[in-house]
Amino acid sequence: MNPTNAVTTTEVTRRDTVMGEPVLTARDVSIEYEVDPPVKAVRGASITLHRGEILGLAGESGCGKTTLAYGLNRLLKAPALMTGGEVVFHDASGADIDVVALDGESLRRFRWDKVSMVFQGSMNSLNPVMNVRKQLADVFLTHRPKMKRAERDARCAELLTLVGVDPARLSSFPHELSGGMRQRVMIAMALALDPQVMIMDEPTTALDVVVQRGIIREIMRLRERLGFAVIFITHDLPLLIEISDRIAVMLEGEIIEQGASEQIYRNPEHPYTRRLLSSFPSLRGERGDFIRTGAAAGGAA
Amino acid sequence: MSGHDRAGEPTTLEARNLVKDFRLRSGVNVRTLHAVKDVSFTLEPGRTIALVGESGSGKSTIARMMAKLETPSSGEILLDGRQSATRGRGLARYRRDVQMVFQDPFSSLNPFHPIRHHLERPLRIHHPGLSSRQVRERADELLERVRLSPAATFADRRPHELSGGQRQRVAIARALAPGARFIIADEPVSMLDVSIRLGVLNLLADLQRQENLGVLYITHDLATARHFSDEILVMYRGEIVERGPSERVILDPQHEYTKTLLEAAADPDRLGRLRDEVRNGG
Repeated sequence: MNPTNAVTTTEVTRRDTVMGEPVLTARDVSIEYEVDPPVKAVRGASITLHRGEILGLAGESGCGKTTLAYGLNRLLKAPALMTGGEVVFHDASGADIDVVALDGESLRRFRWDKVSMVFQGSMNSLNPVMNVRKQLADVFLTHRPKMKRAERDARCAELLTLVGVDPARLSSFPHELSGGMRQRVMIAMALALDPQVMIMDEPTTALDVVVQRGIIREIMRLRERLGFAVIFITHDLPLLIEISDRIAVMLEGEIIEQGASEQIYRNPEHPYTRRLLSSFPSLRGERGDFIRTGAAAGGAA
Repeated sequence: MSGHDRAGEPTTLEARNLVKDFRLRSGVNVRTLHAVKDVSFTLEPGRTIALVGESGSGKSTIARMMAKLETPSSGEILLDGRQSATRGRGLARYRRDVQMVFQDPFSSLNPFHPIRHHLERPLRIHHPGLSSRQVRERADELLERVRLSPAATFADRRPHELSGGQRQRVAIARALAPGARFIIADEPVSMLDVSIRLGVLNLLADLQRQENLGVLYITHDLATARHFSDEILVMYRGEIVERGPSERVILDPQHEYTKTLLEAAADPDRLGRLRDEVRNGG
């Protein structure tokens, strides 16, 4: 499915914010942490992710964005519990998969194959005593047990090339790689089974801006090539506006505003969205809300 | 006006040709890492210098040298035009004037002690003449000044009972407690939630104006560097590759590296451009 050929809906104004059909629909998802007193981490969140689209999920720490992402991928573990709502994955084959109903073997088959995830701080989640080859091959050993060894090795090398890492690095251990390279390896791992959806939870937050830029560009390039959809989670609203097609803003477990990035940027409706936007002083524009009172007075030395 | 006291003596904190080398050992091999190469700048009262660069560029090493947590390999740090002490009573005096605000308010406060302790201790150390009551009053006053009021409700809490932003306010109050004239702020807001970052920076700017503080603001965020400082120094691999008035550096960068940094910063005005670029074979 090529996202660029999809139908343009009426509300879309830009040529390139074309949307395909939905690939993941979540309706009224509520997630609770069963502690005392219970914490309602996600309340009635509904999102629709379209094929090939980048959906930005913005919000501050504690707003429930990671919990929601875990819920979509059925990764919640006690005390977190999905108390309501439905998550449906619309497979490329045409079949609809009820994600909430999956268990055991069917769940294992679903995860990573259809929806993969790049975890928060994932560059530190590589196993330090296994080389990259072994960790990448692990995915195939589990999900494609019939794959031949040579085939597996070739695919691992191909994956690294895809994310811009020299395949010679397959024999490297994580500590021999820079943070940016480790992050790329994690993305390669998430790409391994050619998923239709990738959930990226703060994939670049711990990285330097220049490295971050390289990785974002890589993600965008891969999306054009492979056509997967992305749920991109971060608190960095300017970045989201720059790269995503649509944005959902979360506050205290609820999605308070959802719309095309341009609309969120130019005409934010919810006061919280406006506040979040004004938290980022403009790099090149006017000073805006941020008035540094001390500047002029002490200026002349 | 600023920059000199009444007697015409300079009231500045100056870094002159600072160099820091680290010896790295891996097995029998020893190699030298030049973390900071010949860096000079002068902090003046009421003015802010922003030090920007990627991690590993040496900006935190500079902060640590200025706070005397690290000894320079060569070069000197001059306070009010005089060579600053490296030990003993001279160092204590230096620390009264130059204080640091650390990046992570979750680890810079001792979880065992109440907030009051964090403010009273520097007061006692640097002003041994104060009575217990005066120390208490000053601590309360400091809390009010960083807008943690009423002070009484915060003073007896422990760090874990405060939010990140509140903790960083405590860290700022702690830095002010000895009566500091210069503040070294090493990424003071990067660990905080985005919606409270500007509040903390504005607070710092307010205090700076009231106290005529000289601030060294270390950050990787170019946007706040532009709005919060008078001068920007761009560091790359231990060297200052560009320096100048903040507006000029951001709006009209000269050095290639500054341009790369600016190019990499997220800019909502470029919405959709990256997508078009990669689509057209970038």
